[in-house]
Amino acid sequence: MGTPILEMKSITKTFPGVKALDNVTFSVATDEIHCLVGENGAGKSTLMKVLSGVYPHGTYEGDILFEGQVQQYRGIADSEKAGIAIIYQELALIPEMTVYENIFLGHEIKRGFLVDWNETIRRADEMLKKVKLSVNPAAKVKDLGVGKQQLIEIAKALSKNVKLLILDEPTAALNEDDSDNLLSLLRDLKHQGVTSIMISHKLKEVISIADTVTVLRDGQTVCTLDAHKGEVSEPVLIKYMVGREIENIYPKRDHKRSDEVALEVRTGMRIARPLGDVLKDVSFNVKKGEIVGFAGLMGSGRTELALSIFGNPTGFQVHGDLLINGEEKHFARPEQAIDAGLAYVTEDRKAKGLILIQDVKENITLANLQEIARRGVVDGNAEVKVANEYRVNLNIKTPSVEQKVGNLSGGNQQKVSLGKWLFVKPDVLILDEPTRGIDVGAKFEIYTLMNGLVQQGMSIIMISSELPEVLGMSDRVYVVSAGRITGELPIEEATQEKIMHLATS
Amino acid sequence: MTFFHDLQKVLRQNIREYGMYIALFVIMAIFTVLTNGVFLSARNMSNLINQTGYIAVLAVGMTLVIVIRQIDLSVGFLAGFLGAIAAIAMVQWLWPVAVVIPFVLLLGVIAGLISAFLIAYFGIPSFVATLAGWLIYRGLLLQVTAGTGTIIIPDAIFNAIGNGYVPDLPIPGLDFIVGHKLTLLLGAIGIIAYIFGEINGRRKKQAYGFEVLPPAIFVLKLVFIAAVLALVTWVLAGYNGLSWTALIVLVVVGIYSFITTRTVLGRHIFAVGGNPEAAELSGISVKRITYIVFGSMGLMSALSAILFTSRLQSATTTAGTLFELDAIAAAYVGGVSAAGGVGSVFGSLIGALVMGSLVSGMNLMGVDISMQYVARGLVLAAAVIFDATTRRRGG
Repeated sequence: MGTPILEMKSITKTFPGVKALDNVTFSVATDEIHCLVGENGAGKSTLMKVLSGVYPHGTYEGDILFEGQVQQYRGIADSEKAGIAIIYQELALIPEMTVYENIFLGHEIKRGFLVDWNETIRRADEMLKKVKLSVNPAAKVKDLGVGKQQLIEIAKALSKNVKLLILDEPTAALNEDDSDNLLSLLRDLKHQGVTSIMISHKLKEVISIADTVTVLRDGQTVCTLDAHKGEVSEPVLIKYMVGREIENIYPKRDHKRSDEVALEVRTGMRIARPLGDVLKDVSFNVKKGEIVGFAGLMGSGRTELALSIFGNPTGFQVHGDLLINGEEKHFARPEQAIDAGLAYVTEDRKAKGLILIQDVKENITLANLQEIARRGVVDGNAEVKVANEYRVNLNIKTPSVEQKVGNLSGGNQQKVSLGKWLFVKPDVLILDEPTRGIDVGAKFEIYTLMNGLVQQGMSIIMISSELPEVLGMSDRVYVVSAGRITGELPIEEATQEKIMHLATS
Repeated sequence: MTFFHDLQKVLRQNIREYGMYIALFVIMAIFTVLTNGVFLSARNMSNLINQTGYIAVLAVGMTLVIVIRQIDLSVGFLAGFLGAIAAIAMVQWLWPVAVVIPFVLLLGVIAGLISAFLIAYFGIPSFVATLAGWLIYRGLLLQVTAGTGTIIIPDAIFNAIGNGYVPDLPIPGLDFIVGHKLTLLLGAIGIIAYIFGEINGRRKKQAYGFEVLPPAIFVLKLVFIAAVLALVTWVLAGYNGLSWTALIVLVVVGIYSFITTRTVLGRHIFAVGGNPEAAELSGISVKRITYIVFGSMGLMSALSAILFTSRLQSATTTAGTLFELDAIAAAYVGGVSAAGGVGSVFGSLIGALVMGSLVSGMNLMGVDISMQYVARGLVLAAAVIFDATTRRRGG
């Protein structure tokens, strides 16, 4: 280990009623990639916010030393000036602006009072080369994919002469290719003298890239591990993160086969948008009590397929036959799909799944208020009872069902989202990326729950970009690639290689 | 003392909810002192309520519009135009009042649905769609009153809506009671219903193990609110009793409060405001809710038209000017959030009363109209600042 570029000593940060960080010590050596892992709510993001000045000096206890100097940041501007840049999970680019405008946003290159656009474009080009991204600097950011946007964020950080780059779950929304690309860029940057801190839930990624790993749990530093001494492996990390050992993250289930078809799409469903087809020649079926995995890269059309089945709220044109329990159905709206026994748990719980400003009980009952209403009037007592049942059954950690959902951690929000759709008592449950951005402990709980549901006869369609999850949970796998179903594999025959091959064909 | 400690804690936790009531109370107290009690006189209170009525019903409708993240600028001149239609129907077409009122209410709903059509079907931003309505209804108002100018309404029944009082109960042998007996009776029923409702709600919460107010604070709250209700009842009963306008506003607020807080429809409206995409995926049609909310806004515009036209006993060429902004201001003072999904009908009524009290009090004091606008602006800004800062702290 080299000399430390950053030392955070005995950091304690309290929010009203909660100690988010408790005497945390965190040290990063110069020119390394340091991964920060821990369950949701362990304090990773809070620690990075303390470091970057989001929580200014004086609102926390402890010392920050950067390049050996004690730092007292009053805001992000101060930490940026010192050479620290942070890239959040939710990208902070302005979609309607061009790449070069975004890169130099907030620190425009000026000549006198005016922006020197020619110099800006030249420098932007330079930065883009550094991150190995070949796009026109004059392209609008909204026209680029998430992977490229992520690289532009890094280019933006580099343009500020960053010495320490902090990435908060940079690959959460990226497909495998883009993730690999990003990780190799981080390695390159390391050799060019940029130290990185990466927060990630993807342990494989952490193992492949980290020089050092620090594990946080419940606001405290559990340990710091040196990857070059072979101290880092998946079971070890999980053990430290969770505080106990999880034997198999995918709990076992009998792959029992039923011939009863719960949902079927046949005669080649076609889903079209004014600009062209989103999906073509789609035929598949889901049997009773079965978990069917839908694998594929992001953007391959899996979410669109799910939405088309689920009453088509986005207004595609859908041609083709949908059968539920053998009956032909045509849904014009989601409420018809819900009535017919479908439920769809979205991949984006914050934007499309939950109402963050409302409380747990209101979110859980929203899709099925009729159940607890008489003549259009909601029975408040019944609602509390229902919500409490789901709180207990799903182990939702909340002080009460009257807590606002926005105040819960990601894993608990996902459980509320699940509870909401279990309350409509569906026959077929569509889960779109059911464990995205949630920690190992909560994942395990959700998998266990899924197993319980199919044993009771429910059918589950699971859309997932995480291959281990697809392989660990499914009875059967469909692979979607570029708007077509390119393959169907029984779980016994499915391997990562076969799925990746089909997903990229 | 635990009591004061509890009181402090409760006030701090619920400052947002109680803030408006405290503001109204403080404003009324200040004006009562500054006008040597004239402000709180029966006559002035009665006037205040009648003058606030036509803004209050607009504010109630506007609350739902803002909750679903929209705005309606057309309501002022729509009310003006519908008022003129009502006057023309009575004076020129000689329609009876019993036909005119439902007719105008129906026109209001249709106008609201047209706005909703532009917004839900074509996806035009509500600011623009209703700005078009603002221009159109203003033009139509001028057009229909062009030949006549102000139209005087001679109909006594119609004019009673904005000026008259609910007649007293003809109970013989109760003459020893001073004041308007029906008003006293309604006030007493209201107070008793309130106390029972609160006690009942508290019991249910306790049964679920939810946090409730400490007993001493709970009693204090009951006594305070009951005292305010009693005072208002007593003041009104000492004059002419309950006005028709007050009765209409109370009924409207009651119905809207019930719908927004207790029904499936109310939940759906707040869900659309809280997160339209999540609502849509939950099987709630955002378009349908838009039609309902704007239809209701049109209905409230028509009701406002009736109250205002009746109060003036005439339709004028400038009726309804700036009503929309008064209603929006009342809703914001009453705690509605511009971000959507947050607000209460009752809060907006209080907001309307706060703004109405300011006007009434300053008029009594003889404050110049120019400074009245400044004062109202300052109160609006203060209310929203208060709201924003307490919201942030509340998390």
